[in-house]
Amino acid sequence: MRVGVLALQGDFREHLFALEECGVSASLVRRPSELAAVDALVLPGGESTAIANLARSFDLFDPLKARIAAGIPVYGSCAGMILLADRVLDAGVGQETFGGLDITVRRNAFGRQVDSFETDLDFAGITNPPVRAVFIRAPWVESIGPNVEVLATLDHAVAVRQGGLLATSFHPELTGDNRIHRFFIESVARPALEKAAVK
Amino acid sequence: MSQNVGTARVKRGMAEMLKGGVIMDVVNVEQAKIAEAAGAVAVMALERVPADIRAQGGVARMSDPDMIEKIKAAVSIPVMAKARIGHFVEAQILQSLGVDYIDESEVLTPADMENHIDKWNFTIPFVCGATNLGEALRRINEGAAMIRSKGEAGTGDVSNAMTHMRSIGGEIRRLSTLREDELYVAAKNMQAPYDLVKEVAETGKLPVVLFTAGGIATPADAALMMQMGADGVFIGSGIYKSGDPAARAAACVKATTFFDDAKVLADVSRGLGEAMVGINVADLPVAHRLAERGW
Repeated sequence: MRVGVLALQGDFREHLFALEECGVSASLVRRPSELAAVDALVLPGGESTAIANLARSFDLFDPLKARIAAGIPVYGSCAGMILLADRVLDAGVGQETFGGLDITVRRNAFGRQVDSFETDLDFAGITNPPVRAVFIRAPWVESIGPNVEVLATLDHAVAVRQGGLLATSFHPELTGDNRIHRFFIESVARPALEKAAVK
Repeated sequence: MSQNVGTARVKRGMAEMLKGGVIMDVVNVEQAKIAEAAGAVAVMALERVPADIRAQGGVARMSDPDMIEKIKAAVSIPVMAKARIGHFVEAQILQSLGVDYIDESEVLTPADMENHIDKWNFTIPFVCGATNLGEALRRINEGAAMIRSKGEAGTGDVSNAMTHMRSIGGEIRRLSTLREDELYVAAKNMQAPYDLVKEVAETGKLPVVLFTAGGIATPADAALMMQMGADGVFIGSGIYKSGDPAARAAACVKATTFFDDAKVLADVSRGLGEAMVGINVADLPVAHRLAERGW
């Protein structure tokens, strides 16, 4: 499995390292040709407005949207969660998302940087020790569609999954703990790709 | 479960999210909106851009809280603001306003000619300027969660930013070649704490994100700094002292992402109108050189 990391802006290198440590072949994606070469994708943390803008400017927005609609497995952290969401509250003026995940996300829901925090989090299937989750000006999931499964909550849902799509409000790429990335590869992306291959 | 705010990981992590991006100086709501629309990852709210501070002279201080509040209300991206070197009360005020990052900046007139702010005392993260590795590590030791090379703000002359990036990068590379028993003297010589020197020697990089600032005026300047190893760039006067700020801002954002692709850089450099006229750093009297403030 070849996993791409969208590398227009944000902490894409941290995701790249995490994926490499999980033993998959990982590469950075800034161009449509690089997107075409990967089987799964990670949308990193960063500024969702800046990333969407750059995707538009460099003709990556529509191919990405189409690829997600066609079923490429994607994991998005923080800004990546916003970019995957079908609906965004407190968005920037004219802010667009790639969509695909049937959720409504509230941007910067946990507050500004002064409210950013880290905490131990119960994440479905990942225990002992709990996940150390870093929330930075983080979004939360305000509401979900019928096919969305909630994997972790902190008053609101902060990790969700729908088929081959996974999203977290927090940043596992900052802690050196690769269990969420491993979960994405083994339990989200691989089954989705296998299912698609059977069809 | 307990939630911890203001940890080193949360402060440094915020800077990680800004990487590969452009942070733009803005002095009013209109400029802040231009910056956000152009794809800035954050804005720096200040009273006057460095070129105007230079031209008008006088004591430069923290911005009016009203102005900062208005900018916070106008954009959805992070808002930073500057405090004077050593002016911990300005920093307390900025923290209470809920800005996302404080720049303890040599662009403002220093309030303390010896000490910087004890940044560990704050929940809000700080970025500080540095001209060399020792200075960067002293700031990190005081709690800075992000470093920017100083350059020479408000000039449109990128040569000092280049000098500082080469100096920081070169000293990091030199440290990684030393024997372990030579690191003690290396720490002494660069007047930096031994533990941080040892960490840099082992990892081959700063423990925090490194941006570039000071004198960046064109997309090519931004890409130059990225190729020199910067994680992102600050741009101020270079945008608003040019002919078409919105176009130049957007072009600098694109150049920062595609810093290694000359074809993209050529495309985004077209038709931007007049660049900032600028001042050659060599023509500045020593007393007007901002990079020499801070110690």
